[in-house]
Amino acid sequence: MLNKIYDWVDERLDITPIWRDIADHEVPEHVNPAHHFSAFVYCFGGLTFFITVIQILSGMFLTMYYVPDVENAWKSVYYLQNEVAFGEIVRGMHHWGASLVIVMMFLHTLRVFFTGSYKKPRELNWIVGVGIFCVMLGLGFTGYLLPWDMKAVFATKVGIQIAASVPFIGELIKILLAGDAEILGAQTLTRFFAIHVFFLPAVLFALLAVHFIMIRRQGISGPL
Amino acid sequence: MHRGKGMKFVGDSRVKMNDRMPNIPKDYSEYPGKTEAFWPDFLLKEWMVGAVFLIGYLLLTVAHPSPLEGPADPTNASYIPLPDWYFLFLYQLLKYTYVSGPYNVIGAVIIPGLAVAALALAPFLDKGPERRPSKRPLPTAFMLLTLASMVYLTWESVAHHDWEAAKAQGVITDKDLGLLPDVEIDETSPGYEIFQSQASCIGCHGGDLAGGTGAPMLLGNELTAEEVAEVIKNGRGAMPAGVFEGTDEELQILAEFIASLKEKE
Repeated sequence: MLNKIYDWVDERLDITPIWRDIADHEVPEHVNPAHHFSAFVYCFGGLTFFITVIQILSGMFLTMYYVPDVENAWKSVYYLQNEVAFGEIVRGMHHWGASLVIVMMFLHTLRVFFTGSYKKPRELNWIVGVGIFCVMLGLGFTGYLLPWDMKAVFATKVGIQIAASVPFIGELIKILLAGDAEILGAQTLTRFFAIHVFFLPAVLFALLAVHFIMIRRQGISGPL
Repeated sequence: MHRGKGMKFVGDSRVKMNDRMPNIPKDYSEYPGKTEAFWPDFLLKEWMVGAVFLIGYLLLTVAHPSPLEGPADPTNASYIPLPDWYFLFLYQLLKYTYVSGPYNVIGAVIIPGLAVAALALAPFLDKGPERRPSKRPLPTAFMLLTLASMVYLTWESVAHHDWEAAKAQGVITDKDLGLLPDVEIDETSPGYEIFQSQASCIGCHGGDLAGGTGAPMLLGNELTAEEVAEVIKNGRGAMPAGVFEGTDEELQILAEFIASLKEKE
C-alpha cells in the first residue's frame, strides 16, 4: 500500500532524488563516532539543530499562554510557571535550550574552524553559518526581554544603549528596536515579541535551509 | 547506484569535480574503511547521541526551574543590570577605561564588529590549502587568543558581580502578586495629600504606600501615630532622619494618617 502511494507520487514528481539527498546517502567513517570516538565533535551541528527544533516546539506552546503586553506579560509567565500543568517544564526547556543552543553552536563553529572545513569550496556555507550565529544571538537577546521581569528590562536597557552607540545609525537602530527614542516600555515589548517570534525565526529558517542544502551539495569535508 | 522508480535521473546532488572546483572531497565510496548508510543505520546512532543529550537537558530543566524575577519597573534607578551569561564578556569589556566612556565606540562597536567580520571572512583570510590547526598557526593562535579573552572577561564579570544583591533585588514580593493587606486608604484625608506631596516619602515607599526596593510597605503597619512621627523625625534602618519637609502640624497629620493604615481584623 505504502509502496503504491510512493510509486504514484514518484511517477508524477520524481521524489526519489530528494529522498536520496535527505536519507539515502553514505556517511564517511571519519565523522562516525561508532568508529572513532573523537568524531563526536561532528555531532555538535546536529545537536544544535536538535535543540533548535525543541526551541521551536516549546516556543509554540509558550505562545499559547504568553501575552505580549506590559500589563499581562509578567503575570502570564508567572501563571505559566506556577499554575499551568507542565508549564514549568516547557518554559524550563525553552530557557535552558536557549543557553544550550548557544553552547552547541559555539562548539560546532570551533569544530569547523579547527578542522579547516570552511576552506574552499565551503566558504559560502561558513558565511551562512556566521549569519545563523548572529540570528541566534539576536533570538537570545530579544527573548530575554519577554518575561518582562526586572533583569529582562535592565539587561535590554544596556543592550539598547550599546546598539545606540553605533556611529551615524545608532539612534535609528535604537528607535527601530525600542519603538521610541526615550522610553523602554510597551512598544519595546511588542516589538521584541514580533522580532523574536516572527522576523528572526523566518530569517533563521531560510538560513538553515541554505546551510543544509549546501551541505548536501558539497558533502562533509574529508578527513584531516 | 540506480534506485529510481522508472525515471532516469537518480543522482547524487553533490557538486561534481571539475576544473573550476578542484578542492572537492573524494566520493564517499573512495574513503578507505567503513562508510555507512545515513538511513537508517547512522541516523539511529545519531538519535542515541541525541537521547543521551536530551536526558541531561531534561535533568537540568527539572533540577533548575527557569528564573523569574519581580515584574519590570523601568523607573527603578537602583537596579544593577546583568545580561544573559553569553553576553557577559562584552558587558565586562565595556567596563575598561579605553573602551568605555568617551571611547565607548571602540568597545561597543569596533572590537565586536572586527571580531564578527574576521570570523565571517575567515575563509578569505586563511586561504592556504592546509587544514590542520598546527599547519596554520596564525588562525589557530587568533582563535585561541579570542577564546582565552572571552573566558577571562566572563570570569572577571562573574567574580565582580554582587550575586547576593542581585538575588535580593529580583525577589518577587507580595505586592507583585497583588497580595496587598486589606487596608482601606482614605484618599480624601489631608494626611494622604501630605504623603503624596512629599517626594522623599513616595520615592521609597511608593505612591501606593506599598513599599519599594529597601523600603517597607506602609499598609498594614503596626505602629502608633507617636511611633510613626518618631521614625519620620529620626529615621530608622535605611531611612534617613529629617527628610520630611513641612511644619510639625503637617507631620502630626501625616503620622496619624499612616498609623491609621491598619489591616482589618
